[in-house]
Amino acid sequence: MSTVTTADLVTNAAGRRVPTLVNGREQTPYAGVDGHRPSGNKFGPPIRTNSDYPRNGDKRVPDLETALRFCGLRDGMTISSHHHLRNGDRVALTALETAARMGVKDLMWFPSASFPCHEPVIELMKSGAVHHIEGSMNGPLGDYCSHGNMRGMGVLRSHGGRWQAVQDGEVHIDIAVIAAPTADFFGNADGAHGKSACGSLGFALSDSVYADRVIVVTDNLVPFPCIPWQIQGNNVDYVVEVESIGDPKKIVSGTTQITRSPDRLRISELVARFLRDSGIMRDGFSFQAGAGGVALAFVDYLARMMKEAGVKASFVRGGSTKYLVDMLKEGLTGYILDGQTFDLDAVRSIASDPRHVPTSPFTSYNFHGKGNFASIVDACVLGATEVDVNFNANVVTHSDGRLLHGIGGWQNCLFAGCTILAVPSFRDRIPVIVDEVTTLTGPSELIDVVVTERGIAINPKRQELLDAVKGKDLPIRTIADIKAEVERICGGKPAKPRLGERPVAVVKWVDGTVLDTVWQVLEDNPYAGKVAEPE
Amino acid sequence: MPAAAEASQLKRGEAGRAGGDVRSDAHVTVEGRSSGGIEIDLQSRVALYYGENVRLQVRELLRTLGVEHAYIRVVDEGALSFVIAARVEAALERAGLGREKSALPDPIPPPAASAKDRLRRSRLYLPGNEPKYFINAGLHGPDAVILDLEDSVHQAEKDAARLLVRNALRAVDFGAVERMVRINQLPLGMVDLEVIVPQSPDLILIPKVETAAHITGVESAIARIAKQAGVTRQIWLMPILESALGIENAFAIATASDRIAALTIGLEDYTADLGVVKSATGSESLYARQRVVNAAHAAHVQAIDSVYGDVADTQGLLRWGEASRAMGFEGMGCIHPMQIEVIHRAFAPSAVELEKALKIVAAFEDAQAHGLGVVSLGSKMIDAPVVQRAFKLVGRARQMGLISANEGGQA
Repeated sequence: MSTVTTADLVTNAAGRRVPTLVNGREQTPYAGVDGHRPSGNKFGPPIRTNSDYPRNGDKRVPDLETALRFCGLRDGMTISSHHHLRNGDRVALTALETAARMGVKDLMWFPSASFPCHEPVIELMKSGAVHHIEGSMNGPLGDYCSHGNMRGMGVLRSHGGRWQAVQDGEVHIDIAVIAAPTADFFGNADGAHGKSACGSLGFALSDSVYADRVIVVTDNLVPFPCIPWQIQGNNVDYVVEVESIGDPKKIVSGTTQITRSPDRLRISELVARFLRDSGIMRDGFSFQAGAGGVALAFVDYLARMMKEAGVKASFVRGGSTKYLVDMLKEGLTGYILDGQTFDLDAVRSIASDPRHVPTSPFTSYNFHGKGNFASIVDACVLGATEVDVNFNANVVTHSDGRLLHGIGGWQNCLFAGCTILAVPSFRDRIPVIVDEVTTLTGPSELIDVVVTERGIAINPKRQELLDAVKGKDLPIRTIADIKAEVERICGGKPAKPRLGERPVAVVKWVDGTVLDTVWQVLEDNPYAGKVAEPE
Repeated sequence: MPAAAEASQLKRGEAGRAGGDVRSDAHVTVEGRSSGGIEIDLQSRVALYYGENVRLQVRELLRTLGVEHAYIRVVDEGALSFVIAARVEAALERAGLGREKSALPDPIPPPAASAKDRLRRSRLYLPGNEPKYFINAGLHGPDAVILDLEDSVHQAEKDAARLLVRNALRAVDFGAVERMVRINQLPLGMVDLEVIVPQSPDLILIPKVETAAHITGVESAIARIAKQAGVTRQIWLMPILESALGIENAFAIATASDRIAALTIGLEDYTADLGVVKSATGSESLYARQRVVNAAHAAHVQAIDSVYGDVADTQGLLRWGEASRAMGFEGMGCIHPMQIEVIHRAFAPSAVELEKALKIVAAFEDAQAHGLGVVSLGSKMIDAPVVQRAFKLVGRARQMGLISANEGGQA
């Protein structure tokens, strides 16, 4: 049981109080955006010998329990899973429940993200089978952790930070359980084909390379070789065939609908106009889009503006959806570099169009890589739960301190040439533009523009952006001005909710240092779950 | 009333909405009591941030409305202050408490008064009992918003909507947008006027107008209420013709009051009156629409078209709007902010038209400068009405932001 007292806290370079010990591991406090330069060698998985694997390449075992037993499952191990099956995933929970049935205790679950379908893990934490989770937590899992019910501390990492933690050896994955929409008996696996197709499998790549043991679970076993493969069978120990790895309806959405919310449409249009009028939208540029309502709609507006101006992107990064696929088909972009594949059109595209390429946090985000794609991108559009007057932003907690959202690729994307946060200025009378963020997730020097329905605020540190839009027909305002208006509308400054003194989770920076602490939530707010989530 | 008699009567009222997917509204329940002071039970999704603020506000409202003893329950879905005030007042009224008094929110400075011939290309309908659409309506850039008390408000909610719209006129910043209110059909519309006119709306839409007498009744009520309330700003009228009889009387209606700034048509009710189906091309209402245009122009007021119902069909909307402009209409209604930009495009003069008008204006000013009575462009002589039209078009184009302030001379 890890309990932390205030004596273990230090103040980091962002001025936030953070613990120095998390789940028994020493921590380095955040030292600035580029302040941390680790040395030494990367973590290496144990040496294996192919003499220990079947010469005929057939690594199938009858079921998951057998595979876990063969992997040497025991108390206190770390089991990892990926979240490409999103809220349709059946594999991660089955693996943990199987382990619990086998009688093991104190597991650490290391998902690349958790979803509402994983709520039953709460029962496994109560029974003692799972000790704690290091990965995104929201909904009931987030509440369980926020209220201090988890035995260990939550550790929130970006997609790139998860790769970094694995390469550092900070997190040692004992067993990786990889759900695969298509695989062969050797363990080669692909996400773009099969009845449970999810597109890219990039989040599972680090696990397949660095875990001690790797289990591939598939519901679409194809004769060797599985072509194409995203996961290499040479990294895989066992293959398990099951009836179903997930609910296809929840893995990808059918048709992603553009929002009809007038306010979100206005924000989206302002984002597109900003990109056009600032000159960022020019021939050969690149941008990243997600799958939230605003992200979809801004792509729609931007594509129209690109057509009008006769401009083409060299590549776009997604979060891919029909809207990016349409751009690819119409020649508005040369490539889609795909981190996650959100809808059916995108899954079909990644399976058939060689210009639609699966990527991973290694290529896109990894701190220990020799560069990454995210910083090559000209502009990136993200959401946030709060932004402060200094352009610091929060994406993991709501203003009441509850865990609301994983970091995802959000922190990694801040390294884009121009980072734009597209947010409403308030949600249901709760100001989004605030004096100080509840939880610091993104430091101000990387956040360039905040686009709200009431106007566009440019970080005063980005003089060249301020110059670029001078004289353009855009509602440019200071962030303080927008905040003052919002407070007028909402009825003054919001009261600051009182939080506990006990850390329940930490937010890591992309380099593995501790950026901020998530404190235990004291007040019970029965309405918290109803507050609109950011995009 | 003696305390015993008061206690024997059940004084309970509720108003507003909460639960489900309701946002930016509040549900208020009030129970009158004969003693015990005020008890507030607040359940708010913003309790952590504005809980104290809401409690204080409710207490203050009860004091203003003269209620000393009551139980009041507020289920708040993030309602802004002007909404909470309207819901509390409506619940009290329904409970028979606090009558004859009102709790008006502090007013924000009103926008500049509206000119009779201002741009009215787009008017965005806002259902009068749906506060969540109010606060950002001005941001979407329509020429006007219509706070609607009529068809979009359920019969049982007319009183609550009236208070909400009253408060919105005082407290919501709609920017430079013209603030219109559509009142109910008479006689209910007269009750609306008592509450709305003192808040100085820019324009009142009168539904289902069939005769000139209909207008004169409204006109004199407005004059009386405005005088009592000390409202000096002009309140314009826009009659809506929605029946065969209304269309027949179009000119008489359009000239029934100096307050009339525009004449418009409601096609749903008009086609129902005729017993025909409303089509996408509008061929069944062609005569009525032409009649409205002609009557409006004869009366020197604007002719404004109805709404286009299919929000998703922007191409259809654009075609309708362009046809509408070609017929002589100067604007139409919007039922979703997405329609605003399309309508503005439809009602903008084409580049060719604008260029020609600018040349005519320049030729006129040239002729004036040289003391010439005859305006000519190239080898053609330009008639006075053509010059007038060109001036109007250039003026409009400037208002629409299509040309700068110094282009187009004096036009």
